[in-house]
Amino acid sequence: MKKTFSVFALLVLALPLAAQTKLNGAGATFPYPIYSKWFSEYHNQHPDIEINYQSIGSGGGIRQVTAKTVDFGASDGPMTDQQLADAKFKIIHLPTVLGADVPAYNVPGIKTELKFTPDVLAGIFLGKITSWNDSAIAKANPGVSLPNQPIVVVHRSDGSGTTYVWTDYLSKISPDWNSQVGKGTSVKWPTGIGAKGNEGVAGMIRQMEGAVGYVELVYAVQNNISYGSVQNAAGSFVKASLDSITAAAASMKSMPPDFRVSITNAPGKDAYPISSFTWLLIPAEWSDKNKQKVMVDFLNWMLEQGQTMTAQLSYAPLPQSVKEKEREAIKAIR
Amino acid sequence: MGAASDPHIREESSAGQAFGPAATIHMASSESKVSLVNSTREAPAWKRSFVNLDSGFKGLMLLAACVVLAIVGLVVIELIQRSALAWQKFGIHFFFGTDWDPVSGSFGALPFVYGTLVSSLVAVVIAVPLAIAVAVFVTEMCPRPLRKPISFATELLAAIPSVIYGLWAVFVLVPLMRVYVDPWLIKHFSWTGLFAGPPYGIGMLAAGVVMAIMIIPIISSITREVLAVVPQHQREAVLALGATRWEMIRMGVLRNARAGIIGAIILGLGRALGETMAVTMVIGNRPEIARSLLAPGYTMASVIANEFTEATDDLYLSALMEIGLALFIVTIIVNILAGLMVWSVTRGTPVKANV
Repeated sequence: MKKTFSVFALLVLALPLAAQTKLNGAGATFPYPIYSKWFSEYHNQHPDIEINYQSIGSGGGIRQVTAKTVDFGASDGPMTDQQLADAKFKIIHLPTVLGADVPAYNVPGIKTELKFTPDVLAGIFLGKITSWNDSAIAKANPGVSLPNQPIVVVHRSDGSGTTYVWTDYLSKISPDWNSQVGKGTSVKWPTGIGAKGNEGVAGMIRQMEGAVGYVELVYAVQNNISYGSVQNAAGSFVKASLDSITAAAASMKSMPPDFRVSITNAPGKDAYPISSFTWLLIPAEWSDKNKQKVMVDFLNWMLEQGQTMTAQLSYAPLPQSVKEKEREAIKAIR
Repeated sequence: MGAASDPHIREESSAGQAFGPAATIHMASSESKVSLVNSTREAPAWKRSFVNLDSGFKGLMLLAACVVLAIVGLVVIELIQRSALAWQKFGIHFFFGTDWDPVSGSFGALPFVYGTLVSSLVAVVIAVPLAIAVAVFVTEMCPRPLRKPISFATELLAAIPSVIYGLWAVFVLVPLMRVYVDPWLIKHFSWTGLFAGPPYGIGMLAAGVVMAIMIIPIISSITREVLAVVPQHQREAVLALGATRWEMIRMGVLRNARAGIIGAIILGLGRALGETMAVTMVIGNRPEIARSLLAPGYTMASVIANEFTEATDDLYLSALMEIGLALFIVTIIVNILAGLMVWSVTRGTPVKANV
């Protein structure tokens, strides 16, 4: 009895050794749905490879990859120079998909789409524009009768890449915002109430008349939340869509070789100004050559097949120019 | 494994008749080899080998208790270590600064301390009269058949998870407050300065109300225990002196149970101080000190829950840990105080009143 049991136990333990290469990653919550789909598709195509991803937040992803507790990380905001220096080994940023923040609002009596200029957005979030019938908003929306309703700003209470993109945009278009608040995953908001998660912000906006806030495009689309258009650097009012976001990435004049670039307020004519990449953080040197091969193979797969799967989950795919640069960069992973 | 087939147990069961059914059941269990009844007789040889099991059992319990204490100790040590960086940078002024700015690296915890204390205070002010009323009703005035259902229903409030309270508050309580309660308060009581500003619905008051609902079962169950323990002759004595029902309750029961009730309140306060999820959904998450209870605020537990995952740089993380340490210490002190008070009143209890 004991002999058969021990033989059986040995067999059970030996089974995993025969099969799998496992990679562990952790990081941003924003791309979790698409990453999760990619990893499961990749596993279906390569049954002996398993890639595991935990969406613990961009900050966690950066910390874990720096501490080498995971094989790769993911972040909605690029690592700072300080963070890269602290890592003591080279980490490569590779953009995977694009996302965007949209301004959602609840103004009584307004059924049409509102247009927001950069000054209006900055004024609202700085607390300078306090009523919906303010002249700046009226000027951007001619012919729309705006009610005399106080504006309630709703922002994220939890630290998030969504906030990073929004504040990054505001820092670029408003010197006041840049000096007073700055950009980050958590900032000191001059005005407004905080709600937890995209769902918290959306719920708060839906309930409160006169509320305005920012949510991820993916979230707004999947939950049928009405959002406005934003005037981009070229002067046209663009509503966020998969095309306008990819146009923003494509219109960047120069892409730094390490891909750590912010594409908010992009110059293109059709570009949506509040877009951003989300990155995978991959160590450049791998001690386990088996895992390194898998990683490189997955990344190339992601650039080919993975990019075709993004649209059905409402993520914008990378533009061609970025993909080509990435293929070069992947070769540096050893 | 028939118990009757074991000759030793059969022999004892006749002795068991003299000691009542409970002893018989105990002896009939084929698991238990240590017999209460035969403790004066020398254990037979086959039983003596199991005495080690008994002292091993004692050792195991001791180990378990030490593990629990060690966990508490380790938590404190870890918190102190991780908050060292913020302590070095800001010192005691951390708790008096009002600026919480992660981008520029300046952290001040006063708005959170204020928010935690005020929201817990509001919760206690709302919950205590209700909880004591429920307890008094159940122990003194309720018809006997209703006692169990009502106390059960009150306990049920404690069983509801905190997140559910938060969701219920966001979808039911907050709109109610925004549409009816807040405007009414602003119209009639804004002269106090406590109810001013636009009626958001969410804010310190909403958080206080949700927390009050959550701590009512704690306060009421302990108060009920404490009231039940007041000796019956106290009530009879006050009635004999000509007191009315309410006077009897006030002088004979509540006055005697004072220390225990205060202990119960402090325990409820301890729970309210640490409450996270339900509060963060309705308090507005704005690190500002405002006089009005209708303004949004922020609590220590909420800021940790909200900002912990994305706190990348070390100083930020350390500041959050320091807030955690402060919250931990405050909660421990409150719980110790409550435990002492409740113990001081329930020790050596004589006749229990019929509840």
